[in-house]
Amino acid sequence: MKILVIVEQREGKLNRVSFETLTGAQAIARETGWALEAAVVGSGVGEIAREVAGKKVAKVYDIESPQLAAYTPDAFVAALKPFLAEKKPTLVLMPHTYQVRDFAPKLATALGRALVSDCTGYKKKGDKLLFVRQMFQGKFAADVAFDSEPPYFATFQTGAFRGDQVEAGASPAAIETVQADIPASALRNKPGEVFKEAKQAVDLTQAQIIVAVGRGIKEEKNLALARQLAEALGGEIAASRPICDAGWLPMDRQIGSSGQTVAPKLYVALGISGAIQHIVGMKGSRTIVAVNKDSEAPIFEVADIGIVGNLFEVIPPLVEEIKKAKG
Amino acid sequence: MKILVCMKQVPQKDAPLKLNESGAWIREDVSYEVNEPDAYALEEALRQKEKHGGEVVVITAGPARALQVLREALAKGADRAIHLEDAAFVTFDAANIARAFAAAIKEEKFDLIFTGLQSDDFGFAQTGVILAELLGWPHATIIMQIEKAEGGIKVKRELEAGYFQHVDMPLPAVLTIQSGINKLRYATLIGIKQAKNKPLRKVALAEVQPSLAANQLNIERLYVPQKTKKTEMIEGPPADVARKLAEKLKNEVRVL
Repeated sequence: MKILVIVEQREGKLNRVSFETLTGAQAIARETGWALEAAVVGSGVGEIAREVAGKKVAKVYDIESPQLAAYTPDAFVAALKPFLAEKKPTLVLMPHTYQVRDFAPKLATALGRALVSDCTGYKKKGDKLLFVRQMFQGKFAADVAFDSEPPYFATFQTGAFRGDQVEAGASPAAIETVQADIPASALRNKPGEVFKEAKQAVDLTQAQIIVAVGRGIKEEKNLALARQLAEALGGEIAASRPICDAGWLPMDRQIGSSGQTVAPKLYVALGISGAIQHIVGMKGSRTIVAVNKDSEAPIFEVADIGIVGNLFEVIPPLVEEIKKAKG
Repeated sequence: MKILVCMKQVPQKDAPLKLNESGAWIREDVSYEVNEPDAYALEEALRQKEKHGGEVVVITAGPARALQVLREALAKGADRAIHLEDAAFVTFDAANIARAFAAAIKEEKFDLIFTGLQSDDFGFAQTGVILAELLGWPHATIIMQIEKAEGGIKVKRELEAGYFQHVDMPLPAVLTIQSGINKLRYATLIGIKQAKNKPLRKVALAEVQPSLAANQLNIERLYVPQKTKKTEMIEGPPADVARKLAEKLKNEVRVL
């Protein structure tokens, strides 16, 4: 019985979120007594393999091919499918990143198996491993079990485990280089360079105070209210994805998995229900204040201070009180 | 271009959800709406058709109520619809939904298949990618732009933290569409009228059954998540709430 963690590299750099998955895998290995191995997939990524080999793992595979230099789902699956068929791990764990979302369902399907994606944790129930994930936009959690033969595929959400708690090994683990045989004809997608849109003017990661709005703001003109609060607090205005999708605020003001990840001193969430994609971008904030009309909104699960009520009634007097308190 | 859009009906965003007797699913007597990312996928398909001509077909799997999603899509401009009608589809994992879709369209020849990037209920973000693998087609996920290019299409993928990437790919292909790729349109009155006369093909579970397999993922239990934090609730009339919160921001959070 064996756990395999596929760490993520992008552009030849280790994505640190891989250590979170490794921490989770180490915990599962401790509880089950299963061996833990890791793999990195790429071209000339031996340095990453060496870094991972410093952690408490039995072995690290460095899966190499010139066809893996730029990420494509075809090349990754062409490299990993025969590798997994040969090594037969019981459990394959990956971080739930955009790259993994792109190839992991294809990989599991190619092997005739299922993937439980975006997990926040696991439970051991007797001999069975259950994977915990959120459903219905965070309103419920689910315990999901595999009803099949291994390998079982699971991905862990950012923040599910603490990357800084990954255990180092007593001595560096052995590294085995695997040459993947991928014919150029297998690659159908031709990826271009990774780029950033020129206009990313706002760096919210440096903001001390953020006032963020969600669907509860209802209309574009109501943003003025949130702006007044942000101004009174001396903070930046931000939003959940739907607000930016609607064009009410520019995309560079978006907090969450597809936007910026922030950890200000104060985060005020106005009319944000707290879908998981938003939570991962702000749960590290020192103090979270949530105002929402729905007392069961998932945002209250991460809030330090909660107000169940109509934000249109609460904000105007709050702006006045803040101005008074500031003198 | 002939485009298939996979759509799902999900509980309305602010619908209060309750667990059913089994404790492994919700009570289904709630209000439903179209999965929002799928609405963007449909809009993108309609825009591609307006630019390049062709046909937009919408497909869903679910009980009779799911027909509403197809009706709305037809009213917005889709040309025809396929309804895999059975209550059992609600319990299918992503792989089985993909198998059912693949079986239902095996007589068709699409250039592109769109899905939303994920559903608001399960949130697995897998159906489109699995469907591509079952069909043997290339795919790309979290797409923000689609252009015709020599030998196929050029798409813009959204990566994390504000990064993007263009990808050239051949057709046919499956794309999962990111919310916000476009501005959604409303159905017009005339569109709603015309929708009634557009072709709708019903597919019974029995027709796709031979292509299905046992679910490999089993939801054992559904429950309200345990709170990880102690939340201090401030209650009272708005003026009192505002005053108490301002005090806390000054004395405890120390940001004023």
